[in-house]
Amino acid sequence: MIDLIYCDDWLRSILKDVHTIAMVGASPKWNRPSNFVMKYLQGKGFRIIPVNPGCVGQVILGEEVYGSLKDIPVPFQMVDIFRNSDAAGALSDEAISLKEEKGIEVVWMQLTVRHDEALARAETAGLKVVMDRCPKIEYGRLFGELSWAGINSGIISSKRLKV
Amino acid sequence: MSDKPKEYGFETRSIHAGARPDATTGARNTPIYQTTSYVFDDVDHAADLFNLQTFGFIYSRITNPTVAVLEERIANLEGGRAGVCCASGHSAQFLAFFSLLEPGDRFLASKNLYGGSITQFGVSFKRLGWVVDFVDATDLDAVKAALKPEHKAIFIEPLANPGGIILDTQAIADIAHNVAIPLVVDNTMATPYLFRPFEHGADIITHSTTKFLGGHGTSMGGAIIESGKFDWKKSGKFPNLTEPDPAYHGLSFYETFGDFGFSMKTRCVGLRDFGPAMSPTNAFNTITGIETLHLRMDRHVANAQKVAEFLESHKAVSWVSYAGLKSSPYHDLAQKYMPKGPGSVFTFGVKGGFDAGVKVVEGVNLISHLANIGDTRSLVIHPASTTHRQLSVEQQMSCGAGPDVVRLSVGLENVDDIIRDLDDALA
Repeated sequence: MIDLIYCDDWLRSILKDVHTIAMVGASPKWNRPSNFVMKYLQGKGFRIIPVNPGCVGQVILGEEVYGSLKDIPVPFQMVDIFRNSDAAGALSDEAISLKEEKGIEVVWMQLTVRHDEALARAETAGLKVVMDRCPKIEYGRLFGELSWAGINSGIISSKRLKV
Repeated sequence: MSDKPKEYGFETRSIHAGARPDATTGARNTPIYQTTSYVFDDVDHAADLFNLQTFGFIYSRITNPTVAVLEERIANLEGGRAGVCCASGHSAQFLAFFSLLEPGDRFLASKNLYGGSITQFGVSFKRLGWVVDFVDATDLDAVKAALKPEHKAIFIEPLANPGGIILDTQAIADIAHNVAIPLVVDNTMATPYLFRPFEHGADIITHSTTKFLGGHGTSMGGAIIESGKFDWKKSGKFPNLTEPDPAYHGLSFYETFGDFGFSMKTRCVGLRDFGPAMSPTNAFNTITGIETLHLRMDRHVANAQKVAEFLESHKAVSWVSYAGLKSSPYHDLAQKYMPKGPGSVFTFGVKGGFDAGVKVVEGVNLISHLANIGDTRSLVIHPASTTHRQLSVEQQMSCGAGPDVVRLSVGLENVDDIIRDLDDALA
């Protein structure tokens, strides 16, 4: 498989332009990664709408849970896929079909999630696609917080970080 | 989908990686955050930090903003994913193995190691139930033959201390990866300027930053760097990384942090629970040192080459073990792996054995007789009477530290002065 390389400026522009994210696979359990990624991104000003067919109608971190992307009654710019690679293809295709209706611009697959055929279809449909990355980790990396834990951000800059 | 990321050269990264102007004050140099602890916004923020669910600082035993700059700097220079700094190179080795091994586990190590590491692995680790098997790693068939199913890692010094030996890192990495275990490499002697182990198959790198990285003999420190490329799940041998951790409400470090899960485990469990933290001041001194790493290493190897050539022609010297010399059996491996030069620490043998070795270290005037390497100053030691004295004569011989052996760490003084000092001591 080809290494996935994403330009920092491109990822930064995605995280700046997106305001509302549908998180497929969001868990109501506080100690699951999807739950604390949701909480972290909420703290950075994103609205996260949880999608989880097993928890429809419940509330996770103050947001009502929907059973599918099409059930979400408000526009959202990004789909964050917290499911395995096999499930990612169908979810990405659903995002393509809802692109105009919901205003979707980005399909983001979480760490270890990768589906190269779905990537090709989504990019052909005009969606931006990120695979095998976590938006929390990338947000932390690009805006300085990940470096606090000794992680190589790859960023070289003589500009002061904005608080 | 995206343009190519910008690439910066090694020298630029030595100066800039990990360090941006301070967000609040604009201070251009990295401040020394001489603080033990950090305020929480509220109880919820504190809970998220303790649960590792958000990024931030709690206590300088675990993370510190000055130390973090050094961690990212070294990780970047090695081409790694993440780094953890700690109090010394020895604690770096301890923490790395604490993340890898359970009581009763075994690992394979090259027999050509710093004497202190042979003692740490062979004597002190044994008391924790971690068993080392030493092997002559210059012999690849011997490595293959010694490797058993219960070994969970291979450890080597690619450029070995006390001197002159260079291992075929890529070939040893291939042997490790054939059985899905990591190659752990100590890169203290070469530094990432001369050799980058991740480009030759290594998975974890340890450093004594006390040596060439700091470079001025001022500050103790260690570092553990991970490549981010090793699959910790494949072999099923690393439950400490892949299984839920009871101390963190069932969090699996590999699942949650992915390609920097090993570093998070090493920091948030090993460093947290055993406590060998690096001081912020030592981190600052080491960061300052690294900014001139490329300049210093070029001069270190140039001086070492001249000193080695001088000694090789000296009538009181029976042999010189420096891979920069054409006479060295490791000259070809040096050309392959370390074309800029095979470090500046090496050994030579004096005619007359133990007593002649003692006479050299006591006869120098400029060169300092002490137990360290990688200083601006030239350093000398007689391993058999100092660093390797805990070992039997057989063990000393086996790791290149026999009775006639003198070890040099060639510094940055005028090279003619270094040579004259040695000439006087050998007279």
